[in-house]
Amino acid sequence: MIQLENITKVFQTKNNVTNALDDVSLHVKKGSIYGVIGYSGAGKSTLVRMVNLLEKPTSGKVYVDGKELTTLSTQKLNQVRRKIGMIFQSFNLLTTATVYQNIAIPLKLTGVSQKEIHNRVLKYLKVVGLEDKHDAYPSQLSGGQKQRVAIARALSHEPEVLLCDEATSALDPETTESILSLLEQINREFGITILLITHEMHVVQKICNEVAVMENGRIIEKGDVLGIFSKPKSATAKRFIKSIFHDEIPEQMVEDLKDKGQIVTLSFVGESSGKPVLARISKQFDVFPSILTGNITQLKDQPLGRLVVHLEGKAYETAKAVLFLQQEGIHVEGYVPEVKLSV
Amino acid sequence: MFERISEFTDQWGIDIWNALLETFQMVSISLLLSVLIGLPLGVLLVLTRPGKAFENKFLFNLLNTLINIIRSIPFIILLFFILPFTKLIVGTTIGVKGVIVPLVVFTAPYIARLMESALLEVDKGVIEAYEAMGIKTRHIIWHVLVRESRPSIVLGLTIATIGLIGATAMAGLVGAGGLGDLAYRYGHLRYEVDVMYVTVFILIILVQGLQTFGNVLSARLKKN
Repeated sequence: MIQLENITKVFQTKNNVTNALDDVSLHVKKGSIYGVIGYSGAGKSTLVRMVNLLEKPTSGKVYVDGKELTTLSTQKLNQVRRKIGMIFQSFNLLTTATVYQNIAIPLKLTGVSQKEIHNRVLKYLKVVGLEDKHDAYPSQLSGGQKQRVAIARALSHEPEVLLCDEATSALDPETTESILSLLEQINREFGITILLITHEMHVVQKICNEVAVMENGRIIEKGDVLGIFSKPKSATAKRFIKSIFHDEIPEQMVEDLKDKGQIVTLSFVGESSGKPVLARISKQFDVFPSILTGNITQLKDQPLGRLVVHLEGKAYETAKAVLFLQQEGIHVEGYVPEVKLSV
Repeated sequence: MFERISEFTDQWGIDIWNALLETFQMVSISLLLSVLIGLPLGVLLVLTRPGKAFENKFLFNLLNTLINIIRSIPFIILLFFILPFTKLIVGTTIGVKGVIVPLVVFTAPYIARLMESALLEVDKGVIEAYEAMGIKTRHIIWHVLVRESRPSIVLGLTIATIGLIGATAMAGLVGAGGLGDLAYRYGHLRYEVDVMYVTVFILIILVQGLQTFGNVLSARLKKN
């Protein structure tokens, strides 16, 4: 649905040149929810603005629904933009207009008939649960309600794609949850493809099917959410995942334990989470596993568990135990091989 | 007491009334024309500045400089300075007709500046949201930029109108009349101090009323 090919964006100011995006390619499938995560300054805002060409790429191509956008005339681009909804961190509503007008005015300006405007405003205010707020002004609404109005405004153009630029970053945790649920519902009911950018891993965890991790204008890792969560490769991805599990072990403890065996992080996905593997390694090998911390969390479609385990035992026995765990479909992180196993 | 008042009214009532009408006439006509020129200029100043939709360094600098130059000239000097221009435009340099041109030349750049600062207050995120919805730039100018800055525009126009009333006081110099002229000619030159007091009083009421009206209207347009 959305395809970015080798996008580069260079910002040139008097004194320096910034590569905001450096050869970025991304493919968002129709009907999926795709998350782009990164710290501030990673280039994610620029990336999402490429999709509707609010920022023009220095080089590269942008396809939405098979159409290449960078070569379109202003008029054609405006036509395409109407099918690409967008919501923002700061909501961006007209402060001098009521909720009703905030949705109706853009529709009027894009040539929708008066009767149709009325129908759509009512329909989408109902979808976002604000049917009793027609005549309120944005200043009378809470942050979550403002974002709901912005979502209704985007939906009222009946788009095929919805871009979310840090849409929940200005909201409190509870409101964030409700907005995320709403986005998921929109994705399910209207089949709208969603591309969202965020710096909160939690957002990705809750609603995304796929995720890309950005750093310094590049995508350093991408794939389905489960894969990235259970087997992160880059340091940045690992850090984001730590922010969800909070399974940092106190340094003093690490010092005390490391002489007696290794500390490893085990990720359990799907069926592997049901097996009593730790009990089995202690029985089959000369290894004593002790759980330091553990956590289980719900991704969009399935649970994901993480255990930080201390494996007390000889190097050879530990190596065999780790191999066994891997064969059972568990991702083992943090293991440093000390001996070679002859299989 | 009452006798004095009715005597005063009999003697000066008509003159004051006519002067008031002349002031209204001058202010309303030149305000209208100044807005018609100043608002688009203000929009242009905002849109052509670096980083905005129609970035155009040359046009922006030209407008900027031109507006500064005109705004440096006191009205009384401008009035005489542009006499040939006035003559060219309306065919005369005297009377209400003759004073409208310098009043507009004086006020339009001022309004352009006021509009500029009002329009710059509009949150650029909202503009971006409208661009993202595929809305034409001219619609964005009117329905977002101007609409959202209406409270500030109203306050700006209030200030401009009051300035304009002040400027019309000098219109008497080219025989256009008005309250200021009345106060000057009768009150100052002929020592009819009562006339001066009354006109000054009327001017105070006028300005107070305008400012209050502007404040109330602006507050009503503002929804936060």
